[in-house]
Amino acid sequence: MALSVLVLMRERNLFAAVVLFGIYSFLMATVLVALDAVDVAMTEAAVGAGISTVLLLGALLLCKSEEAKPAHRPWLPLTVAISTGALLVYGAFGLPDFSDPQAPIHRHVAPRYMQNEVDVPNVVTAVLASFRGYDTLGETTVVFTAGAGIIALLRRRKKVIVEHEGNP
Amino acid sequence: MMHDLVLRVVAKLLIPFILLFALYVQFHGDFGPGGGFQAGTIFAAGIIFYGLIFGVDHTRSVVPDCVVETMLAAGVLIYAGVGVAGLLLGGNYLDYFVLDHNPVHGQHRGIFWVEIGVFVTVAGVMLKIFYMFASRGRTEE
Repeated sequence: MALSVLVLMRERNLFAAVVLFGIYSFLMATVLVALDAVDVAMTEAAVGAGISTVLLLGALLLCKSEEAKPAHRPWLPLTVAISTGALLVYGAFGLPDFSDPQAPIHRHVAPRYMQNEVDVPNVVTAVLASFRGYDTLGETTVVFTAGAGIIALLRRRKKVIVEHEGNP
Repeated sequence: MMHDLVLRVVAKLLIPFILLFALYVQFHGDFGPGGGFQAGTIFAAGIIFYGLIFGVDHTRSVVPDCVVETMLAAGVLIYAGVGVAGLLLGGNYLDYFVLDHNPVHGQHRGIFWVEIGVFVTVAGVMLKIFYMFASRGRTEE
């Protein structure tokens, strides 16, 4: 993964960059499988590696395939990114050990989830759809809003073109 | 790409299985990994695969624009409708226990319909975004 990111940084050909993004997403999915988060891994493989690669390729059809040279050296964004990353790593040291049963997150509401009064074997589905139904309703609405926004943005453009063709 | 025999044959072989796997992920999500969101993206990916090989116009005739736009809104309405059904049957909003005489069965029924709502919306949005991007290059050329 680190290698693909390093190559991605140096790469000026956008087609290669898109393919590298796909590879990175698949590696991410395998990491998630290793962490026992199969639901998230499936989403990552389907959305990150599949659909977003197709969308990026579609966008690539509309523009040049070589990235333009940056006008100036991006020192400020680089400093911000590195310092944020260092801060996150510093914060990660304060977290409890991975899969520690005594961690606070496992003692708050998780025992009630695991009692499974919903009687659905997949706890992830039970939590998403039942215990946190409001959250998932909100997420579905967000996805719907994204789709509506895409329609609103791109359809108007199509109409303008049709009008131009109508009155030359 | 339209005349590539290998791609066309492989696509025709694979697409039914992709769609079937999406439905499996959808309805088996209670027992194994999966759920509405994953199933929706896999379903949309299957149809987008068809669109890549056979062209967007063929895909539009299989899954027309009006169907996709209806799916977009219908999913959210199904999800919200489950909540309203819970209200009408005397519970709180999105309270599944009242949907059946047996509370556990009520939970199952509620989760089933909620996941269908998520599936429909996610698949619709993914397809709509694909259509929009794919047809955009076409009109400008």
